[in-house]
Amino acid sequence: MPHAVSTGTTIVAVEYAGGVVIGADSRVSTGTYISNRASDKITPLSDNAFLLRSGSAADTQLVSDYVRHMVHQHESQLQRPIDVPTVANLVMQIGYNNKNALSAAAMLVAGYDAATRQGHVYAVPIGGTMVRQKYAIDGSGSIFIYGYCDSEYKDDMTREEAESFVAEAIALAMSTDGSSGGVVRLVTVNEDGIFRRLHAGDKSVPRFGEEKDVHKDLTDKANAMQT
Amino acid sequence: MSSSYGDINVSGGIGLDSESAPFNLELARRNSMIERQGMKLPRYLKTGTTICGVVYANGVVLGADTRSTNGDTVADKNCEKIHYIAPNIYCCGAGTAADTEATTNMVASALNMHRYGTNGRTSRVITALTMLKSHLFKYQGNVSAALVLGGFDINGPHLFTVYPHGSSDSLPYATMGSGSLAAMSIFEAGYKENMTKEEAMKLVADAIKSGVFNDLGSGSNVDLCIITKEGKEYLRNYECPNPRPYASQSFSFAKGTTPVLRSTMLTLKDVVVEEGADAMEVGA
Repeated sequence: MPHAVSTGTTIVAVEYAGGVVIGADSRVSTGTYISNRASDKITPLSDNAFLLRSGSAADTQLVSDYVRHMVHQHESQLQRPIDVPTVANLVMQIGYNNKNALSAAAMLVAGYDAATRQGHVYAVPIGGTMVRQKYAIDGSGSIFIYGYCDSEYKDDMTREEAESFVAEAIALAMSTDGSSGGVVRLVTVNEDGIFRRLHAGDKSVPRFGEEKDVHKDLTDKANAMQT
Repeated sequence: MSSSYGDINVSGGIGLDSESAPFNLELARRNSMIERQGMKLPRYLKTGTTICGVVYANGVVLGADTRSTNGDTVADKNCEKIHYIAPNIYCCGAGTAADTEATTNMVASALNMHRYGTNGRTSRVITALTMLKSHLFKYQGNVSAALVLGGFDINGPHLFTVYPHGSSDSLPYATMGSGSLAAMSIFEAGYKENMTKEEAMKLVADAIKSGVFNDLGSGSNVDLCIITKEGKEYLRNYECPNPRPYASQSFSFAKGTTPVLRSTMLTLKDVVVEEGADAMEVGA
């Protein structure tokens, strides 16, 4: 049988003072082939909550399709927007009841509840675990950014701080993890709504440390030689 | 164990736990085990294939080669890989020929029935996509169909790829099959947003030809299918870059090729001999 499609991924979600910022790279691979270089792993589950997908594409797409269906039913029945913890709970239930059938996939649920003015970030891996966190990272690229995230995370960041925290974390993982790459997709959810941003191409994807300095040194030297 | 949520049974919902699973995949598991131990399993007719599609200004262009293979042998030099799903939706298939044919047929029938039940409203591409991927997911990759689905509905033009395990991608240009890498290189070099129909057709035909010439599993001719708001245009054998090098021998001969040496005419009466029928024996 051919290789299963997997989103060898970096995903990051963080709660900040007025909402949540979530981000993902855009690489989808089948074995060594990149089958989609600009995919969207930030899947809406409701008007105010998103699922960040990593692991088997087939399994996580199925989970998100089912949860979206159940969210619709729930909102029709209650005649009000669903709460983010409830959305995370639905993802957890499917992951728990089908733990033998679904392959190990780590998913993050994040969103903002307008009613309680509260942002939420949940780590929901297959198996039935559901943990609320201030920030969460996952996917194959996440192992490269535990250090960065632990040292750079602060409680109650501003929106701008949170957005650059997420964008830089993903860009850093993309530079080291072969299975992460492409563009950086960002979603901010707060009182004012949903805001999508994209970092594409060499210029707007942040660069880091040594790589950045070496690059600058070389261009400086080249410029000096020309003049 | 089984919790329910409205009409949806959360535990039995995806139909994969052993109690409520509608399908038993034990034999598939057994077959792959004995194959690993060295037994040669029968080979299926595969469409080692190049299929692709692009979205352009006001529609979708799908393309496919026409080679079908059985192991190293070309089984059919001019097969059809762009399958009908609905009048406004078509689907290119790669993988096991029987699986792509059966899967697309099944969805075509289901959508046809759905149109009967919804006052003949035009089918949506997303409906076809959901049907395809939930079928493929159910069989856990054992139904080997890799698809490029394209169509035009109330929401405009759509193009999707569907993988055998049941995952899908929505893309402006897509390739599948063994020739997908060759075809993708053409798309990555030549794709532009909002192309004209002619530009899109040329790009798709070039991508398929790249597969035909550079991939062993692909060959023969180029089929195209253009779907717009106005309808579809199925261009079978749009390009034939591999004509037969010699003319095939004709088996019909002109009258008089064989000289007539002698002829006799007989009337039917001379040939048929009438005989009286025997009376049927009755009783012991």
